[in-house]
Amino acid sequence: MAIHPPEKRIWWNEPLEKSEVTWITIAFIWGLVMFFTMVFWHFTGEQNLSNEAYRIHPETFAERTEAMVDQYTVREEGETGLPVVRPPPGSDVYMLARLWEWWPILELEEGKDYRLHLSSMDWQHGFSLQPENINIQIHPGYELVLTLTPEGVGEYGVVCNEYCGIGHHQMVGKIHVVAAE
Amino acid sequence: MASIAHTGSLPRAAEFRTCPDTGLRVDLAAEKLIRWNAVVAVVFLAIGGLFGLLVALTRWPAVHLLPAEWFYLALTAHGADVLLFWVIFFEIAILYFASAILLNCRLATPRMAWLGFWLMLAGALLANVAVLQGESSVMFTSYVPMQAAPHFYLGLILFAVGALVAVAVFFGTLVIAKDEGTYEGSVPLVTFGAIAAAVIAVFTITSGAIILIPTFLWSIGLISHIDPVMYKVVWWGMGHSSQQINVSAHVAVWYAIAAMVLGAKPLSEKVSRFAFLMYILFLQIAAAHHLLVEPGISSEWKIFNTSYALYLAVLGSLIHGLSVPGAIEAAQRRRGYTKGVFEWLRKAPWGNPAFSGMFLSLVMFGFLGGISGVVLGSEQINLLMHNTMYVPGHFHGTVVAGTTLAFMAITYLVVPLIFRREIMFKKLAQWQPYVFGLGVGGISLFMMGAGTLGVSRRHWDITFSDAPVAFDYPGTAFLMMGLNGVFGVLSALGGLMYIVVVVGSVFFGERRTEEKAKAEPLLPQGGAAAVASYGSEGTLKLPGTITLVAIFFVAFVLYYFVNWKFLSEVWPLS
Repeated sequence: MAIHPPEKRIWWNEPLEKSEVTWITIAFIWGLVMFFTMVFWHFTGEQNLSNEAYRIHPETFAERTEAMVDQYTVREEGETGLPVVRPPPGSDVYMLARLWEWWPILELEEGKDYRLHLSSMDWQHGFSLQPENINIQIHPGYELVLTLTPEGVGEYGVVCNEYCGIGHHQMVGKIHVVAAE
Repeated sequence: MASIAHTGSLPRAAEFRTCPDTGLRVDLAAEKLIRWNAVVAVVFLAIGGLFGLLVALTRWPAVHLLPAEWFYLALTAHGADVLLFWVIFFEIAILYFASAILLNCRLATPRMAWLGFWLMLAGALLANVAVLQGESSVMFTSYVPMQAAPHFYLGLILFAVGALVAVAVFFGTLVIAKDEGTYEGSVPLVTFGAIAAAVIAVFTITSGAIILIPTFLWSIGLISHIDPVMYKVVWWGMGHSSQQINVSAHVAVWYAIAAMVLGAKPLSEKVSRFAFLMYILFLQIAAAHHLLVEPGISSEWKIFNTSYALYLAVLGSLIHGLSVPGAIEAAQRRRGYTKGVFEWLRKAPWGNPAFSGMFLSLVMFGFLGGISGVVLGSEQINLLMHNTMYVPGHFHGTVVAGTTLAFMAITYLVVPLIFRREIMFKKLAQWQPYVFGLGVGGISLFMMGAGTLGVSRRHWDITFSDAPVAFDYPGTAFLMMGLNGVFGVLSALGGLMYIVVVVGSVFFGERRTEEKAKAEPLLPQGGAAAVASYGSEGTLKLPGTITLVAIFFVAFVLYYFVNWKFLSEVWPLS
């Protein structure tokens, strides 16, 4: 029980105890550390999502994607009928999301930079590159442009991880990473 | 708000009874409203929980229960029923309790409160009908341009308006209590926490209305286009910020239970209230947590908002993380459990489900929900986790292990005090928080494990068996999802135990008469005063709490930096 009649007291006039002040100070400093870690990573880290984005009509994005596919298709992926496209390193690379596929399949060289353009033709989709586990939200009407540097030769899956209707679980794309020439 | 409180007529002649357990005056109109809101909340918990079980059994790869169409329907219903309807109905009950009951006051305009109740109920039922009709499997978040049936949005709008009316009644009651001088000085801490929850509720529910009304108009063809990024910014002003109603409410519930079971008082009223104030000031901007890997939003905006402005709202939670167990330790030491560092904890009333539920909620909210939330909400780390199972793993740690378990725990006090019935099936009730807690802790942990391995949330078939392009998640991911299923069943069992105890007690429990209350007091000496009046413990030496907080802090820091390490290993992107 408090010594003073409790009901008369006003909370902001109360004294602070030392142990509480200590914890509040530690917690506040930890908050600053976490805040500035995010800022710091923009200067030193290699994984930052690009801020470059444009409004775009889905048809325009589809045209650009088709132009890239027409120019750089090297083969078809197995029996899927999907084109495998191998644009030159450093170039603009397009991948579009639509119900329910990622189109086209890309073949990229390890260790080279690509400007990857992502957009949706219809609803929202989720670009989930596996097993790297890089996850980016894709919107219709917005074109996100990021610079990507593949590492590690192999096949990578692109799973859709934003719910997009009944065929959502069939929406899988692929990126082949091959050794640089 | 005052005008709302006084509409109708002159102050109504409220009928009161005096509670034999607490000595508080109880407005019978408020009591009835608390009962009905709580009962409806529990009904939605039962419905939503059943859908949750179906979801868990479908995502258990070896079981894979529902077909795809039903899975997405069940997932939509699960989200709406538990995250909105169960939690908010229960919160309205808490608001009426923390205002009318704790302040010894009559409830402002019970008629408006009933209007709010019926609006909420009609809205919740309408939304459920829309979902069950099958044309609104758009998930709880209903991201445009995917479209639900118009009455899905209409149901949510009605629910939101009803909840706003209820919050207005709460504020009106505060005004009346002040006017009529039913308390002196500052309001009790639990009421203060409820005020924080209510202020946040006004902001978040309004955000919901602001985005859902145009979306409704779009669904009936009056508006041609809703921008999908704008939709998310505003929708999450409701969707995430409304989780902060839950945080404020369940922290208030933690203090309330500690007070009512142990007579615990806050270490320092100033510190605890300051922490609630941080919630009010900074939790609102959490919409950013869902926009960290979105196109068209700058990193500056993301960093400022996702961190709640330099993590000041997280600071609030870290303060409660010390002050809630600290209050318990101080009360226990006052009661004579002073040996060593942890006698107070060992000799705590672990057989009282109100206490055990509350303490499990506190620990799991901190370790599972809290830490993972901060990590998930770091701008760049979100790249590793966005829309993976990590996300539901995080929020089952906060909303289920935290909020739901805390609300379940306080039910064991609400039933005897407000429903005036004895708890039936005492053994079952004793085990319930442990079974549910273990189940939910497991769900949270294994979902986060699966998410770390990349498994997508909201996904019917992670084997991609009928996809044209093949992809295989690693075997451990399937193990994680299987374990998630097992613990999902365990949580459902814990939920069922809760429903059985509560429904049994409320309808068939022995009446708690005045004689009974005098013979077997529910609250310890000073318990009623601790919950219903102002007063600090004044800090004692608290070695146990400081040890617990130190363990928590080390775990937090390590886990935080481990995730930056994970991030540094993925493909460079800029």
